[in-house]
Amino acid sequence: MIQRKPILRVTSKVFMPFILLYALYVQFHGDFGPGGGFQAGVIFGSSFILYALIFGLHDAKLVLPSAVLEILSALGVLVYAGTGVVSFFMGSNFLNYNALAHDALHGQHYGILLVELGVGITVFSSMTLIFYVFAGRGR
Amino acid sequence: MAVTAISIVRMKNLFAVVMMGGIYSLLSALIFVNLDAVDVAFTEASVGAGISTVLMLGTLALTSREEKQEKKSSHKIWLPLAVCIATGAALVYGTLDMPLYGDPNAPIHQHVAPRYLTESIDEVGMPNVVTSVLASYRGFDTLGETTVVFTAVVGVLILLTGRRRREKHEPTLEELEEQEDEV
Repeated sequence: MIQRKPILRVTSKVFMPFILLYALYVQFHGDFGPGGGFQAGVIFGSSFILYALIFGLHDAKLVLPSAVLEILSALGVLVYAGTGVVSFFMGSNFLNYNALAHDALHGQHYGILLVELGVGITVFSSMTLIFYVFAGRGR
Repeated sequence: MAVTAISIVRMKNLFAVVMMGGIYSLLSALIFVNLDAVDVAFTEASVGAGISTVLMLGTLALTSREEKQEKKSSHKIWLPLAVCIATGAALVYGTLDMPLYGDPNAPIHQHVAPRYLTESIDEVGMPNVVTSVLASYRGFDTLGETTVVFTAVVGVLILLTGRRRREKHEPTLEELEEQEDEV
């Protein structure tokens, strides 16, 4: 079945790196333009969903096993909450990023970057995992 | 959008309904762009039109493609209609008291919004105010949202894979012969 769709396969292969790159751009450029962790996670996940749709769930699970995704989805929340705990130990309130660096603005910058990363990881792995479960249910 | 919504209600083919749902999300994303809410539009386009459509299609693959035809008696139609109209009328009545759209004196623009807009560049240093509100001022909220997403995936995993999957159905010799016969 897969062998019969050369156009879809080649097109998705060409598009994959650009989708991933765009997701990373949205992730780390969220402070300056529209976007952020949530949108980036969804775009990142949709590229893997595209891969799974075109090449089949089996191949997608070879690239990205669902066990890894389960760990990642917990890791994202952990990164977020961990940022809060770190700011806790740096002598400030929970999730107050001012303490993360020498001056408050840099601290805010690092904090938001880390927090958005946590959101992105969780959303990406959750979306992909939900798709895996739904698609794998029928067979 | 109204046309899309009505056609979603009228259609019986669920595949087309899912597609129309995607179109509806895309249209509402356009509305958000018109309102200068680019971040929300971004989310709506990627989640509403993208991921959820794919997930709905995945659900359709598990269930059926056509809606079941049901005979409905007349009181079954009138009661929901009355409830809808009453709720809609109450909501419209509620909006009569609300300040005009875009009114700068509305209470929502007087509370913390001016501080976010004027001081976030000094306090947080992010050109995108949405990000600084989302990740810094409202950090707890976003932590909660992330946890909600995580909880959702845990729930889906428990519901759909919690039971041990049935043994893979090995085709017996007779079934293989039947398949050969059909070929």
